[in-house]
Order: sequence, then C-alpha cells, then structure tokens
Amino acid sequence: MTLEKLGTVPLYSIGDRVRVRDAAPLGHIRTPFYIRGHAGVVERICGAFPNPEELAQQRDGLPAQPLYRVRFRQQDVWPGYRGNPADVIELEIFQHWIEA
Amino acid sequence: MKQAAGRYEPYSYFQLMEVSLRELLVEKGIVTEDAIAGAMAAMRERGPERGAAMVARAWTDPAYKARVLENGSRAAEALGFEVPGLKLIVVENTPQTHNVIVCTLCSCYPRMLLGLPPEWYKSRPYRSRVVREPRKVLAEFGTQIPTKVRIRVHDSNADMRYMVLPMRPAGTEGWDEARLAGLVTRDCLIGVAVPKIPKNAKPRKS
Amino acid sequence: MIERGHHDMGGLPAGKVRRSEHAYDDWELRVDALMMLLIGVVGESRRMTVDELRKNVEALAPADYDKMGYYDRWVISLTQTMIQRGVITTDELARKLEQVRGLSPISRRKRTRRR
Repeated sequence: MTLEKLGTVPLYSIGDRVRVRDAAPLGHIRTPFYIRGHAGVVERICGAFPNPEELAQQRDGLPAQPLYRVRFRQQDVWPGYRGNPADVIELEIFQHWIEA
Repeated sequence: MKQAAGRYEPYSYFQLMEVSLRELLVEKGIVTEDAIAGAMAAMRERGPERGAAMVARAWTDPAYKARVLENGSRAAEALGFEVPGLKLIVVENTPQTHNVIVCTLCSCYPRMLLGLPPEWYKSRPYRSRVVREPRKVLAEFGTQIPTKVRIRVHDSNADMRYMVLPMRPAGTEGWDEARLAGLVTRDCLIGVAVPKIPKNAKPRKS
Repeated sequence: MIERGHHDMGGLPAGKVRRSEHAYDDWELRVDALMMLLIGVVGESRRMTVDELRKNVEALAPADYDKMGYYDRWVISLTQTMIQRGVITTDELARKLEQVRGLSPISRRKRTRRR
C-alpha cells in the first residue's frame, strides 16, 4: 500500500537518525532482538504495511504503518566488531518501533 | 514415504500430518488436489536463472539496470516473470561495496522470482552469524571480501525481499546475455559468492 | 530467556555453515504448495496469513524447533493455524490421523499421487 493512498504521512525522512525502541514484548515480532535500542539512519521509506504483530493474531493490522529501511553501523551494533568501520547492517523497521 | 521402488519406510509424524491436513482440506472443499499440483508445478518453474537473466540484462543495458535498481519487481515483470506480491529491492555490488542477504528471523527469500532457498540459508549458523561476522561466513563459502571493501548486510525482516546485482567480471567483453547469465549462480544473487569465469573457459567470439 | 524468541537468532554464536543442498521430497513441495494456497498468494483458498504461519513456527518448543526439518515445522504450523481458525477441529484431525496411520503401507503409498 502506498503512503499516498492511505493518507499516512510518515514521521521520519531519508537521512533522519532514528533509534529502535529497546522493548521486549510478547507475541509475534518482526523487529529482531539484536537491533533493539540501536540507532541508525533512514535509508528509504518502503511504504506502509499492515502491522504483522496484529496480522499474526488474526486481526487486520490496520491502519498500515510506515516501514523504513534503516542503516546501522556494524561497529555500533556488535561489541568488538572487527571489519571495515563502514560496514553496515540494514533492516526494515516499522514506525511504531522507532523511539519518539 | 520414500518413493523408491521396493523400499518402504514408515511415514514420519510430519508426513502423516501432511496427508491428513491435505485430505481434510480437500474434503471440506478448501483446496483441490489440482490446485496443489498447479502450485507445485509453478514453483518448479521458478529458479535462480530468472535472477541471472535480470543481471545479464542489467550488465548489458544501462537503462534496464536503472530500472532494476529503482524497482526490482517491475524490472522482473519487464522480462516476463510474474511475481505476485513480491516487493524486490536489488542491491548493487561495486568495487567499494559487497552486499549479502539473510533473514535472521525465519527464511524470507524472493521465492516468487528465484524459487526455493537453499537449506543452509534457513539454517541456524547462517542466520545467526552472517549478520555479525559476514566476512568470516563468506570465507566459509570460499568468498574473500577484503577489509577495505565495505559490506552491507541486508536482513529481510519485514515486507521487502532482496537480491544482489553482482559486478560483471573482467574478461567478459562482448559476451552475449545468455553466456553472461551462465556466470550468475544462486549464491551470487544471495551474496555469498561472486561470478567467476570458469578456469577452463576458452575465449570465443560471441 | 523468555524475552527473546528462540527463532530470533541474529548475532548469537553458532557453528560453521553446513552448505547442505536438499532435493525436496514431494511431500515437502506439497506443504509448500499448501502454504501458498492457504495464505492466498495464488488461488482462491486464502484462509490465513503468512504472519500466523510464522507465529506458530515461533511457538514450537526450542528443542523441537532445532530438531525438526523446515517443512516439518511448516506442516505443524499450518495445521495449528487451521485449528485456530476453526477450519478443522482437533477431533477431525485426530480421526483423520488415525485413519491415515491405520492403512497398510501399500495403501498409504497409493494415497499420494505421483506428480
């Protein structure tokens, strides 16, 4: 679903520095444990999608949530990371998992 | 049940479950055996050669390459590949950057284009380690990425799916698309390998 | 640790990657096909979402998750989802499993058409 069709205005833009919430709730979650609490930069806005946490529970997951690709430096995510300081890991983060 | 002639092994619990679930769903009119057969046949048609065709076209046609990087699904459709529901992002290898794809949470893979993923892609060692030590894992595949090359790891944790556009190897000038596509394996599209000209390839006019 | 799903393994220590390839058995391809139909990627049989498939795989006990093959996990998850959705009942499944298990090896072989 496109953001335009839904009239959803995403809160964040490409280039914004965002932090993933450091939460550990229950249920079906598509924000991997290893990235929670880490900060990265929005690489692109993928669109808006129904919330998988709700779809997993037989609910419709609407309103669709903006989904961002966020780029994190590996050296920020993993203690003692050895590699190129420019190495990155990129994931899709739903807007509700981004810290206000 | 193994289908080898004369060899009978008891069904596993899971094979029994498959038969039971399927029969119940057919009895209730939810699916038909034909629809199941059709879906199986359709999956057999999909495979990495489709991704390889996209790569070979991108290597030879800059306008198509731009389309691939803009919207992978539409670029796939432009070559006649039907990919319902696929939201494909294609990421480009350059001399400065190498890309590798994983799904740490399960095994998300661009199945509607490339078919079924390999067993190792779905395994604990790959899913756990490639995000944290990509160079080491790639080395286990025989792929050495120098430290001065940046690695981008893509974890397909939500709705998008990913494919790597590898670099075209040197020494392939003048090759036609079919020959170029032959260099692009499934592992190149995942990012654990890079296209290589086979050692015994004879130079030939194309 | 309950806070982290057993499936949520990114970054955890693990052994070398075994570069196994696997020629899928027909029954596994049938599970895959059933999944595609039931989540509605193709056809008119949509009864669930892929998110429910994942949720029910994640609900497997860790020891089972580790021991089971990929399509073992999927067939259990699909069946659990159908029960949760009320498409089939536990009792229907029990009777069908008994029926399938009770057949002779030769009859069982005939139950699955070669494709």
